Amino acid sequence: MVHQYKNNGYDIVLDVNSGAIHVVDDVTYDVIAMYESHSRDEIVETLGAQYGTDVTAEAYDEVQELVDAGELFTKDSYEDYIMDFKKRPTVVKALCLHIAHDCNLACRYCFAEEGEYHGRRELMSFEVGRAALDFLIANSGNRRNLEVDFFGGEPLMNWQVVKDLVAYGREQEQKFDKRFRFTLTTNGVLLNDEVMEFCNREMANVVLSIDGRKEVHDRMRPFRGGAGSYDRVVPKFQRFADSRNQERYYVRGTFTHENPDFAADVLHLADLGFKQISVEPVVAAPEEPYALREEDLPKLFAEYDKLAQEMIKRRKEGRGFNFFHFMIDLEGGPCVAKRLSGCGSGTEYLAVTPWGDFYPCHQFVGNEKFLLGNVSDGIIQTQICDEFKCCNVYAKEKCRDCFARFYCSGGCAANAYHFTGDIRGAYDIGCELQKKRIECAIMLKATESEEEHEEK
Amino acid sequence: MKHIKTLNTRKLQNTVKKGGCGECQTSCQSACKTSCTVGNQSCENK
Repeated sequence: MVHQYKNNGYDIVLDVNSGAIHVVDDVTYDVIAMYESHSRDEIVETLGAQYGTDVTAEAYDEVQELVDAGELFTKDSYEDYIMDFKKRPTVVKALCLHIAHDCNLACRYCFAEEGEYHGRRELMSFEVGRAALDFLIANSGNRRNLEVDFFGGEPLMNWQVVKDLVAYGREQEQKFDKRFRFTLTTNGVLLNDEVMEFCNREMANVVLSIDGRKEVHDRMRPFRGGAGSYDRVVPKFQRFADSRNQERYYVRGTFTHENPDFAADVLHLADLGFKQISVEPVVAAPEEPYALREEDLPKLFAEYDKLAQEMIKRRKEGRGFNFFHFMIDLEGGPCVAKRLSGCGSGTEYLAVTPWGDFYPCHQFVGNEKFLLGNVSDGIIQTQICDEFKCCNVYAKEKCRDCFARFYCSGGCAANAYHFTGDIRGAYDIGCELQKKRIECAIMLKATESEEEHEEK
Repeated sequence: MKHIKTLNTRKLQNTVKKGGCGECQTSCQSACKTSCTVGNQSCENK
């Protein structure tokens, strides 16, 4: 399968099954579009009128060379492989600890319903957290790297337990030859020097929630009394990011139907000095006024293009920044097994509630249908885990013929469930945005490669 | 080649033999929490 598109003056051809990416000229672009359904002679005759027969023939032969080298029109030979791979025994390697089902903000789009997740306000005790870490170690097999995210609600509302669990985890590392990567997601309200210092020592990554421009942020992220939180968190986030040398963090925002011009929010965050930025589409029930709609798509696509072009400009000016959704690792990216097996929710990745219940991921917390077990008894509903285990791009009808399947891995199971009632479904708006982001990300790589070439 | 410039990429077919060790990061833990993004992750077993 081949995906070809034009963006920002580049003719780009992606060979889906090998991952090869080619930047071509117009004649080659048109040759490739005809290649599978026409003979060499037909193509040379048809396109020769426009480009000249010699040039067309030359382009055709170059295309043929790539086909022969397994870099164009490569066949998909992974289906049996991934089915076998998915049958393997899996281990748990990551937990999302809901350290506090409570929050000091009342964000309008919160999927956790202001931290409560359809349940009651509750803080995780040290004992529950410790049992969760013990479960992770015991169920991680030979995996050495274990990930634990302190999530909420707002985890800083239960900060002492976070610190105690980090200390406990560090003690266990040597005993069991494991390595914990702790991460924290926070709204910044309770952030202070002590928290920053601790995080800089212990947290492999921190995610700082901020939506962008003050009016956008304050509209969606107010305190419970209604006042905006922008002024309270921005100076602290700036200091925090600097104290981490502008690395190993993300400022992370959400855009909605109410700010479809989200590129301005990304650039606002860049103007505030942040270098690691992630601004992502809201996931919301269609009846919510801020939910993204199909008619927003053209505007959102244009915003991604605008953002990509501005990023090129700023990079050339020496003031570039990273945008999480445009980051793509072409040379050292994941293996096919990882790309096809998805995010690992319900198998390698579990969420733990304050009272120790397991769910397939944080987005399923509170939906009793997906309650898997708990930290004392382990996983009880193994059939739910099996369902998640079998969920991969070949199990999803809409993914089979999609060029993006090796980059998004079939997308988010929770989104699919919320929009289609089935974890094997597809959330169409999310898919369209994902495909656009991949196109932009590849285009950015093409410009980088061109710049490197010019420098040489 | 005159008409085609190929970017340096890791050939996916070649990752079938050695892949699947599972030491890489869980995608949702990295930043997103709402959108599965795998293509930007680094392999820990290159």
